[in-house]
Amino acid sequence: MRRLVFLLPIAIVAILVAIFWVGLDPERDKSVLPSALVGKTAPVVDLPGLADGAQRLTLGQFKGQLVAINFFASWCLPCRAEHPLLEQITAEFGVPVIGVAWKDKPEASRAFLQELGDPYVATGADRNGRTGIDFGITGVPETFLVGADGTVLYRFAGPLSPEGLRNELAPAIAEAKQ
Amino acid sequence: MIPELGHYALVLALVMALAQASLPMVGAARGIRPWMQLAKPAALAQFAFVAFAFLALMQAFASSDFSVAIVTQHSHSEQPLIYRLSATWGNHEGSLLLWVLILTIFGALVALFGENLPPRLKARTLSIQAMISVGFLLFMLLTSNPFARLNPAPVEGDELNPLLQDPGLAMHPPMLYLGYVGFSIVFSFAVAALIDGKVDAAWARWVRPWCLLSWTTLTGGIVLGSWWAYNELGWGGWWFWDPVENASFMPWLIGTALLHSALVVEKRDALKSWTLLLSILTFGFSLLGTFLVRSGIITSVHSFATDPTRGVFILALLAIAIGVPLALYALRAPTLRGGGLFAPLSREGALVMNNLLLAVMTASVLFGTLYPLMLELTTGNTISVGGPFYMATFGIFALPLLILMAIGPFMGWKRGDVRGALQRLIAAGICALGAAIIAVWIRSDGPLLAPLGILVGVWLLVGTVIEFMERIRLFEGNPARIWNRARHMPRAAYGMSLAHFGLAVAVIGMTGAAAWKTENLTVLQPGQTLTLQGYDFKLESVQGIRGENYLADQAHFVVSRDGDFVADLYPERRQYLVQPMPTTEAAIRSMPLADLYAVIGEPDGKGGWIVRVYHEPLVGWIWFGALIMVAGGLTSLSDRRYRVGAPVRAGAAQAAKA
Repeated sequence: MRRLVFLLPIAIVAILVAIFWVGLDPERDKSVLPSALVGKTAPVVDLPGLADGAQRLTLGQFKGQLVAINFFASWCLPCRAEHPLLEQITAEFGVPVIGVAWKDKPEASRAFLQELGDPYVATGADRNGRTGIDFGITGVPETFLVGADGTVLYRFAGPLSPEGLRNELAPAIAEAKQ
Repeated sequence: MIPELGHYALVLALVMALAQASLPMVGAARGIRPWMQLAKPAALAQFAFVAFAFLALMQAFASSDFSVAIVTQHSHSEQPLIYRLSATWGNHEGSLLLWVLILTIFGALVALFGENLPPRLKARTLSIQAMISVGFLLFMLLTSNPFARLNPAPVEGDELNPLLQDPGLAMHPPMLYLGYVGFSIVFSFAVAALIDGKVDAAWARWVRPWCLLSWTTLTGGIVLGSWWAYNELGWGGWWFWDPVENASFMPWLIGTALLHSALVVEKRDALKSWTLLLSILTFGFSLLGTFLVRSGIITSVHSFATDPTRGVFILALLAIAIGVPLALYALRAPTLRGGGLFAPLSREGALVMNNLLLAVMTASVLFGTLYPLMLELTTGNTISVGGPFYMATFGIFALPLLILMAIGPFMGWKRGDVRGALQRLIAAGICALGAAIIAVWIRSDGPLLAPLGILVGVWLLVGTVIEFMERIRLFEGNPARIWNRARHMPRAAYGMSLAHFGLAVAVIGMTGAAAWKTENLTVLQPGQTLTLQGYDFKLESVQGIRGENYLADQAHFVVSRDGDFVADLYPERRQYLVQPMPTTEAAIRSMPLADLYAVIGEPDGKGGWIVRVYHEPLVGWIWFGALIMVAGGLTSLSDRRYRVGAPVRAGAAQAAKA
């Protein structure tokens, strides 16, 4: 029995090594966050509108057209950084952008949009973050493309940069339009 | 030509390491003295070859020899010289060479200064050390040759990652590696002792200085990294519980435990097999860190470029280097004879508690680091584990450890007097409570953590001071006699007081910085003002400037409080030559009780700039406290009984100890 105690360290190390062995599988790509949603029907969005007296935001309103959904929050610095690019999505590619203010006080989100400009066709307030969880976001900002039939076509995790817009989002939009 | 010579020197070093790994080991088993004595020249030659290779690589970086692949990938001819040189270890291959260099430095040091070691132990220790060298030299030569050439050679390189172009980072890896890799020699001593089947007070005395040296440099290395993150990343944070930070923190925690348990072996001949286990595990955690950083298994800001074959190779190294000694441990440790007995309430008992708490804290960090990986492998979900987890697990155990730290030094060996210890700590208790109440009074809306952290920090601080005063009996006799007592107190005792005091200061700093940090973020036009914690940050101007290898927008803030001038701050947003991402250079004004920290972000296109300012209470105490800890380690290291060749003045030392 006493001897077994001395075997404990090597047993733990053996388990760890086994875990690492599995983890080293080169197929496992850590840099790309998997999005189980791509190719599936988008989760239901039904959120109170952000603006005072605005109607509820649902995805159904946009059925039949390609839209982008952008999760943001006023407390999120990268959201500030990507903000000017959101207008470009609409201006250059003709894709309307829906905003979802994630885990944010509505008055703070409103102030954010007032200060920086409102690039969204419609904005919902996801105060408890439920919709964000349904979409599987890991943080804000994240941007999704949802096709005319309601399937999720593309996910961009993290802030858009001019390069990201040009090299990744733009081709995805072009593909979606075909 | 020089890179080829460097490459060749590595091959020769491998040959030396093979000889050093095999012959002395066999010699020790069979009692062949000349074979055992071979270890010394082999260790010195091995060091010389690796040092030559390292200098050859530095030369390639210094002269911007872009025919060498890693120079092209990580350097640029317009980089300042210091960053061309530090780029040597700012990449996977070069840092691995640094790793091996330090490994051989420690081997050479033991070979040179280990004259008083029993020949068998010395031969086996150096042999084990050489086995580690063999593994890493093979790894380097087979998968990560630092001297690989490019043909044709490009005219210009890709530049070192701008984030790494910082004095803190020029220093951070060498210092950290000295600590990380330094524990290899403790590991080698432990494995040699397991083969020997003998662990005694003398063994502990030989091991402790190496352990202290590694602990001290590891402390310095971690703090430099933290200081760099604070200065360079522009979030005003100093610790992120990033997997790779944890990878350096785990050897520190377990090494701290080892430092204390080796003390018990040295003084009381107890806790032997536990100390051996810690010696193996401490270096095991160093190897784990190396694996995590270089295999790309975990996503982290620190990871090097990844390559699955490298990962498999290091995993195999890790499995052999830790698995074989632990198998030997399982076989041999149960036969080690236990030494001195002690009551649960004693200095030994306190040190056992210290060890248990540190071990649990290490386990919680290990779990937090690996849990996302395990979850991903079993369920496919990706998550990240952050500060709150560590606060709840690590913090819970840190509090009693810190409380115990003040009491432990008051306890006698064998049997301690808890009541007496607590009585002498009444003043510390009163101060701690007072400080906690003041903390609540200043910021009643803050988290509970704040007064608790301040409470234990002040408790430890005052407790350590009381212990020191009692030791030199500050209030007894005339000043000359007190001075005499202070002068004859062993340096190790000063070292302990300093290290504990430093940790107390750092804990107070961490508490303040974690609990009371405030920030403000907005867009400012030049001439506008942002207010935080009563400080007015007025953006005077933003202008373009040109550095040696970057262009930057430099903002000028005038900080004032109630109209009185406090500081000028000049944060920058830099654009380096090659790398596309701009980097921020924070401007920091350090004051005794808080730092003011300003960062400038992107222009909003309408004449304004995104600016962030932070008020970071007590953050400077973290670095200052860590500095005191390092000073404590060095003081202890200079203790007479570790100094090589110093005649043993047993009488004086005994008198001072009594």
